[in-house]
Amino acid sequence: MFLLLPFDSLIVNLLGISLTVLFTLLLVFIIVPAIFGVSFGIRKLYMKTLLKIFAWATLRMERGAKEKNHQLYKPYTNGIIAKDPTSLEEEIKEIRRSGSSKALDNTPEFELSDIFYFCRKGMETIMDDEVTKRFSAEELESWNLLSRTNYNFQYISLRLTVLWGLGVLIRYCFLLPLRIALAFTGISLLVMGTTVVGYLPNGRFKEFMSKHVHLMCYRICVRALTAIITYHDRENRPRNGGICVANHTSPIDVIILASDGYYAMVGQVHGGLMGVIQRAMVKACPHVWFERSEVKDRHLVAKRLTEHVQDKSKLPILIFPEGTCINNTSVMMFKKGSFEIGATVYPVAIKYDPQFGDAFWNSSKYGMVTYLLRMMTSWAIVCSVWYLPPMTREADEDAVQFANRVKSAIARQGGLVDLLWDGGLKREKVKDTFKEEQQKLYSKMIVGNHEDRSRS
Amino acid sequence: MGSRSSHAAVIPDADSIRRETGFSQASLLRLYHRFRALDRNKKGYLSRMDLQQIGALAVNPLGDRIIESFFPDGSQQVDFPGFVRVLAHFRPVEDEDTETQDPKKPEPLNSRRNKLHYAFQLYDLDRDGKISRHEMLQVLRLMVGVQVTEEQLENIADRTVQEADEDGDGAVSFVEFTKSLEKMDVEQKMSIRILK
Repeated sequence: MFLLLPFDSLIVNLLGISLTVLFTLLLVFIIVPAIFGVSFGIRKLYMKTLLKIFAWATLRMERGAKEKNHQLYKPYTNGIIAKDPTSLEEEIKEIRRSGSSKALDNTPEFELSDIFYFCRKGMETIMDDEVTKRFSAEELESWNLLSRTNYNFQYISLRLTVLWGLGVLIRYCFLLPLRIALAFTGISLLVMGTTVVGYLPNGRFKEFMSKHVHLMCYRICVRALTAIITYHDRENRPRNGGICVANHTSPIDVIILASDGYYAMVGQVHGGLMGVIQRAMVKACPHVWFERSEVKDRHLVAKRLTEHVQDKSKLPILIFPEGTCINNTSVMMFKKGSFEIGATVYPVAIKYDPQFGDAFWNSSKYGMVTYLLRMMTSWAIVCSVWYLPPMTREADEDAVQFANRVKSAIARQGGLVDLLWDGGLKREKVKDTFKEEQQKLYSKMIVGNHEDRSRS
Repeated sequence: MGSRSSHAAVIPDADSIRRETGFSQASLLRLYHRFRALDRNKKGYLSRMDLQQIGALAVNPLGDRIIESFFPDGSQQVDFPGFVRVLAHFRPVEDEDTETQDPKKPEPLNSRRNKLHYAFQLYDLDRDGKISRHEMLQVLRLMVGVQVTEEQLENIADRTVQEADEDGDGAVSFVEFTKSLEKMDVEQKMSIRILK
């Protein structure tokens, strides 16, 4: 009994000391650099080490699979089925040609075999379609020691399991508490800081303080997620009176962009913690928050955004026109609302490196809290941000064409596939105009154009 | 981690499905992942809604007919075996299928006859084994939408049924359907190759 006492106090002392050390380290290596916007390069070093470990792990797995003669299932990034990119007309002519021995003239007619075309095309889409692929997380070709990306890899060796176990320990017991502490610090500083700044009289000092409070807190949040971001072409960063447009993969996009620039946010008013943050932020500088009921009214939204944009003293607006989170392998159709306003558009492309942690938020699968926990228990979030040169709407193009032009630029820069489909496809059915086009094409083949009709 | 495998053991009744459809292990695994991806709410089966969500299918003029083909006999759900059974019709015909033709075993799902039967089903709306003039008209209407007048469509339907109809009952039976397409390279036109 007596012998325990000295040990007891020893343990308490050790605990006290380690906590102090931890906090000092935290302050010195993470918070102070965040305030000033400098970096020690610790995260980059961390990233390099991780990459080496992943390469080893994958090699080990491939070797192990060969030994056991298992086929290591390589994820198919190019599609499940072999597709020929031929048009409706060509294919149906092909089908008809193979079916009849009579010479094929170009008189429009119908054949029973025409159905084969639609049949097969339909079946192909059931087996594999571009859009459903975009909405599930991108599949990795090497394993990053996270069981959540491990669809196909079987038990290979003890060493690998130990490594994975170690990974779990580090991620959940060391990194997670650290990150939560940082996130907490970041958010509370944001709320307190912006509230305090709100009391200052309007003027240059207030703006200066507001900008730096915002930047500091976003930088702390970036470190809370261990996000390693590489910014390209920073000279094209958005300026006042412009609209910053980016592709959307997860809510973290906001933190990533806002930690490098000072933006006015646009969004719906939320309740709870988000609501608190929103109300605090708007005290320091004008953000654009909409009530839920106002969001439906497109004219109101456009009016408020236009007002904001025309006031040159106000900050550039940050908008994600896809309207929903896409899995970062492609860019979906941009909603035209933001492109009708007539301001200069500053496109930004964000591309995440899925090797360290999948940042895609599948909102039908995970709630926000689950998602954030997943993010905080990944190794890191590595991404690249490209600031593209500003674009304006030309005289002869309408909002939709302009939106598509911007979208192509973003897709090209980020190495993402430029898809025509609407991001809303995830939840709604598709519009009928596309089907009509197919029907038009086919009708031409069986009845010809209006001019031909009068001839026969 | 490593002990959780996505081997074929994860697919229920993998062996019997393989025997019935003729798909290889690897193909079956891919189709299983596809099935899981389409089954967004993880119900374990697909409903019409799940298939309707496929954008590229929704713009196919015969999309609804194709979706219907997955739900024979008025069922509202299709499980994985049912799903694969339909897809098996589109498996390319390999030499091994024609060689080992055991007369006692049922015809493979991807035989020429079964492929033709699948196409026939798309026309035969009430599943009575015959394509009536009325059914032909309705399917044609699906394929052309509003682009063609009723009169033109009726002409086309009449002509087609007349050409194919041999026993004069005003409808096209499966045998007549097969006969009118006897020169067609059905095996190639109704096949989809799954990549390795």
